[in-house]
Order: sequence, then C-alpha cells, then structure tokens
Amino acid sequence: MKQQIEGSQAVAQAVALCRPEVMACYPISPQTHIVETLSRKVKAGDIGHCQFLNVESEFGALSVLIGASAMGARTYTATTSQGLLFMAEAVYSAAGLGLPIVMTIANRAVGAPINIWNDHSDSMAMRDAGWLQLFAEDNQEAVDLHIQAFRLAEELSCPVMVCMDGYILTHAFEVVDLPVQEQVDAYLPLFEPVQVLDPQDPVSIGAMVGPEAFAEVRYLAHHKHVQALEAIPRISQEFQDIFRRPSGGLLKQYHTDEAETIVLALGSVIGTIKDAVDDLRAEGWLVGAIQLCSYRPFPSQVLRHIVHYAKRIVVIEKDLAVGKGGIVSAEVKIALQGLPTVVDTVIAGLGGRPISKASVIDAVKAACLEGLEEPHFLDLNWEAIKRELIRQVEQRRSGPTPENLLREIGLSSEKTA
Amino acid sequence: MPYQRVKFYQTGTFTVGNRLLDEADRTVQARMDRTNSLNSGHRACQGCGEALGARYALDAVMRATQNQMVAVNATGCLEVFSSPYPESAWQIPWLHSLFGNAPAVASGVAAALRAKGKTDIRVVAQGGDGATVDIGFGCLSGMFERNDDVLYICYDNEAYMNTGVQRSGATPARAWTNTTQAVGIEPGNPAGVGKNLPRIAMAHGIPFVATASVADLHDLETKVTKAMSMRGARYIHIHVPCPLGWKSDPAQTIKIARLAVESGLFPLFEAEWGVVTDRTTIRKQISVEQYLSLQGRFKHLFNPRDEQALAAIQGMADQNIHLYDLLSTEPAMES
Repeated sequence: MKQQIEGSQAVAQAVALCRPEVMACYPISPQTHIVETLSRKVKAGDIGHCQFLNVESEFGALSVLIGASAMGARTYTATTSQGLLFMAEAVYSAAGLGLPIVMTIANRAVGAPINIWNDHSDSMAMRDAGWLQLFAEDNQEAVDLHIQAFRLAEELSCPVMVCMDGYILTHAFEVVDLPVQEQVDAYLPLFEPVQVLDPQDPVSIGAMVGPEAFAEVRYLAHHKHVQALEAIPRISQEFQDIFRRPSGGLLKQYHTDEAETIVLALGSVIGTIKDAVDDLRAEGWLVGAIQLCSYRPFPSQVLRHIVHYAKRIVVIEKDLAVGKGGIVSAEVKIALQGLPTVVDTVIAGLGGRPISKASVIDAVKAACLEGLEEPHFLDLNWEAIKRELIRQVEQRRSGPTPENLLREIGLSSEKTA
Repeated sequence: MPYQRVKFYQTGTFTVGNRLLDEADRTVQARMDRTNSLNSGHRACQGCGEALGARYALDAVMRATQNQMVAVNATGCLEVFSSPYPESAWQIPWLHSLFGNAPAVASGVAAALRAKGKTDIRVVAQGGDGATVDIGFGCLSGMFERNDDVLYICYDNEAYMNTGVQRSGATPARAWTNTTQAVGIEPGNPAGVGKNLPRIAMAHGIPFVATASVADLHDLETKVTKAMSMRGARYIHIHVPCPLGWKSDPAQTIKIARLAVESGLFPLFEAEWGVVTDRTTIRKQISVEQYLSLQGRFKHLFNPRDEQALAAIQGMADQNIHLYDLLSTEPAMES
C-alpha cells in the first residue's frame, strides 16, 4: 500500500513485517526513529513475541544479537557512525561466527570533528568485516532491501548491513509502497539456523582456531560472499516476482549503453547524478551512471562486463581513505585492471556537504575535457584551507583546526553579508 | 536457613566428607550422574582453581536445570584451555564471542529463549575477573539493571592470567603482577584501588549475589543451585587461586583458597535484592600473613618485612570480619 511516510518509519514497518524475534537497540542519530518505532510496535504486541532490549551501548546491542542469533532467533538492530565503530569488535565477531543478523546503517560521518550528517565513512570502515553491505537509492529501496536482507542473511548464514543515507533518506518523507504481511510471509521463510545452541545437541560455537585452520575458516567466509554474488540477483528477482517491482540486485544502470563516461556512486546521491546525466545527455555528452547496490560483495566481474567499452569512470564517493583518496574508486580500478578505462575519484558530500547537480556536471565535464587530479575534492573552500595552512606554518600553537576553520568560514560569510 | 551447612566435625574433612554424608547431601560432583559439563582432557594448568570452580558450578547448574543449560563464555583462560579447535572440553551448548561482551551475549540468548517460549532452558555466562570487572563491566551492568534472566559467574583469580599475569581491577593490594612490578616506593599493586564487584552487583538490586570459593565446593554448589531456583539477573563471584599468576604451589590451590576465606580477605556471603542475607562464619580467624606468605606474588612483603603493608592488608581482612560479622556464632544475620 502506497503511503507518504518518513524513511525511518517505513524501514521500521518493513522490519516488523519480517517478524524479528529479538531486537537490541541503542539510540544514535540519525537511526533513532527506526528503533523508536519498533519499540512501540513490540510493546503494543504487534510483532508476536518479539523481545526489544534497551541496552547500554552499541557494543552491547550487537552482542545481544550475537547470543540471540546463536539461539536461533531472527535478529535486528540499527546504528550509525560512532555507534558502528563502538560495536566494531562485535561486527567482526558476528560475521566470523556466521550469524545472520540484519542491521540498518543510517550512514553518517565519523568524528572527530563530531558531525551527525551523512557520508559513508562509517560503513566503509567496516567494509572488510565480513558483512554483506547493500546500499539503498531511496526509501522504497531501503524498505525492499531490508526484506531481501533477511532472506539473504539467513540463506547464507552471513550478517547483512542495509546502508541508507542518514537524514537524506532516514528523515525524508516520500511515497513508499509498503508491502503487506502475506507478501512478506510468502517471500521470507521461517529462520532455519545452520548452527544453534541446543541442549539436546550441544555444540561449541566460537572455539579458538589456530594457524592450522584459521585461513580455511576465513576462506569460507570469503566464499559466502562469492555465493552472494549469485544469490543477490536471484533474491532480487524473486522479490520482483512477488512484490511486482524491481529492487536491489548487484548494481543498476542508467543510460550506460554507448556511454563514454560512466558516473558510479552508492546510495541516494545517484538521484542527483541521474539528473546530471539527463542534462549532460541533452547537451550531447555520452554519459551514463551506475548505482552500486551491493558494495560487499563487490561485483567486480559484472561491473567489468558492463563498463569495459567506456573510456572513463568517474567515481563519486562520500568517504575518504585519508592519505590515499578513494575507497570505492580503488576497488573499481582493480575490477577494471588491464582495461584502458580511466578511473577518476571525486570525494564529495563529506559530513553532509550537499552534492549539487551543477557540481556533478562541472566535475564530469572537467574529467572528460582535461582530466581530474587524483583524488578530486568536490566544492572545497580552498581559501579557508590555505589560510589555515599558513597559520600552522607561522604559529606553532596554531590551535584546534576545526575551530580555526569554523572561524575562517564565519569571518568570510560576515564579509560577504 | 534453608540449607544446613556441613560441619567439619560431622564429616572429618571436606575432601573425604562426601562419603560420610547421606546420599542426598552429597555434592553434585560426588554423584554418578554428574554431567561433566567441562570434561577432562582440557589444557588448564596444574592446580587451576578456575577449571575446578567451573566444573563444580556448571555441573550444579546442569543438575538444577535437568540439563537444560546454555553457557556463554568470555575470552580468557577458561575459553582458551577448553576449546582449542578441533577439540572441545564442553559437553554443553557453549558460545564464545568476545572478551567484553559475555553478559550481553547471554542476555541475547535469554531474550531468544523468551521469544521462543523455551523458558525451561537456562542461561549461564562466565568469565574471569578481567572480563567481568574491567572490559565487560558495561555489558554486565546493563544485564544487571535490565534484570535479564542470566546467572553470571565470575572466576576471580585476581589478574589477567591468560595474557601472562597483568593487573586487573580485582588485583589485591600490593600483589605483584607484570604490570604492577615489585619495585619502587610501594612495590606491587597500590593499596586503596580496585573494585568490589559483588557489592557493585548488590547495588543494582538484583535478586541474588553470592561469593564462593573453591575451598568450599559444597557451599559453591549450594549457592549455584539456589541461584538457579531464582529468575532474573544473578551473580556469583568465585575465588579461584591461580598457581601461575600467584606464584604458588599447584598442590596448595585449595589450601590457599581456604586461607583467603579464613583470614577474612575473601568473605563468603550471599545477598538478595541488594541486602546481605547470609555469610559463612569463620571459626578461627587466621592472620593474613599465613595466606600471603604462600604466594610468590607477595614475597616482596616479607624480604625484608614490610610491616606497614602487612598491617594494612590485615586491616582489610579485619574490616571484612566486621562488615560481614564473620566471627559471630549467630546462625545468620539480616543487615
């Protein structure tokens, strides 16, 4: 049923329809509306015998789910940013133990400086933990990916993060087609764990593994992701069969046919990029776009097959590997190894900086005409940066950088006012 | 008092005592049908107090629950010596995730059991003192305040032994560890630091808190059994000497544990809903020196004699004697 609804509310409705049995939650913006809604539903008795635990930290939240999942329960939580990093050790543990937990990441920048707005630094920091990572383009896809995530997680016995842009999606009111219970029940079977704590059949889960078998255990974790490359498109297709709309999959293409330049991105910014592609196409530029829905596993082969004829890939990414540049672009480069395709890195949208259509168009044109420096930072205030660099040279005790920059930008906006 | 304690004079000694008792009063461990939750063949050191405590505690839980138990383990000696792949000493469903999250993992197991209506299956979480009083403290406090249906057992050997004897928040005053070396002005762990987790647990107002010792395994089993007769968050803190870290003779583990109790340094008591309800009295208080002098971790207090330190530690023991009324001949107390 279509309704005008906030992204977080819509995701909470979708999670509830998946009949979770244990949820453990800790508040952090911008995911809080999701767990608030779920707590109300549990307390009202709308989700069967589901248990909702208010815990003392994100580390505790995911740890509770590790225990509950090992006991055979369907489990869910949501977090972001500092919360995801605070639970980092448990993130690795959940994946290493092969527990099919589903977690929403309401993507947000990681401090310091503290910043509550959107970028992808948080989930990128956990990209190698062994979780599948699916990125939603809009709130409809966020809803759909959560339902698919439980299927995927439980089929592979592997945890899944559904990443949706903080505020941009979580707090946006859009029309969303919310599924009904019968559809979800038809799509999502009961959770049949591959390992469970059972007094009738006792097993040791989480035993110590030395050099004689650790590498094999890690390989098998990698193998799950290889299997996921096949499972994700299939599960997406089965979703379409029941819910009558395409959603998810490894990646989505927009006017990539005969495109000389392809802009690649994750998450909601693809909407802006599609508009930019439309404008550029109207001006005669052979430009297309790819939305990478599955970041883990990384669909290298599929991507290579699609873009092998393109001259240039411009990766617009909301993260920064400090000291190196792009995270996604580096993986794209590896996927395209041996091809003449140029891969550009555009670092954009950090800490919630808006990514405008005009800036995207300018960056794509610059990439095509004269090439971009590596990495290219979109819309940086170079004047403020230069003044701060000079101050640091001139004064040993130059003070805290973020405060200096805020002062710089405050002063310059006063001048223009 | 629901349980009549076994007296020395009734049984001779604790070690042979079982044979002199009625069958019903014997320890779980003395029975043919004990479950061997932690089976033999594991890799604990000679004289390991923790392995002994865990074996008694978990078999008592198994008996109390008709074998319907799930155990969650923190990282540490107990996890490492029992589980190196592909061997496992555990005869029970057993889950290890991390060093600092065993209480939360156990809360999750309990929540799943509640969601599935399987309330006959009970959950025990266990960890060493490092996992309990330090790195897992946040999760433990959360499990307590939510009153989750978990029995948490801390095996307290008073330092990080698995990593090679480093100080924890449970390391006693003036003890040598590899991070509180016996050098400088106040050799060993400084006095006046550390935390008393049983008291902190009591401050959460949970249904049951008890201390126990491998020196009195009958008492240990009784407390575990009592804990399993209750629901909600329960905590048992078991004193388990570590020959490696305490630099003591492995053959003396039980004796040293008993001296800790009889000196007053490790008081045995139980509390319900935040109030002390019972304690094990001491027939004759021994001096702390008798306890300390058997352990190499305290040898810097004797060569030359550090009268000030010994007096300070004696003061701590005396304070416990007073606080818990340990020399009283009254059968029980309410405070």
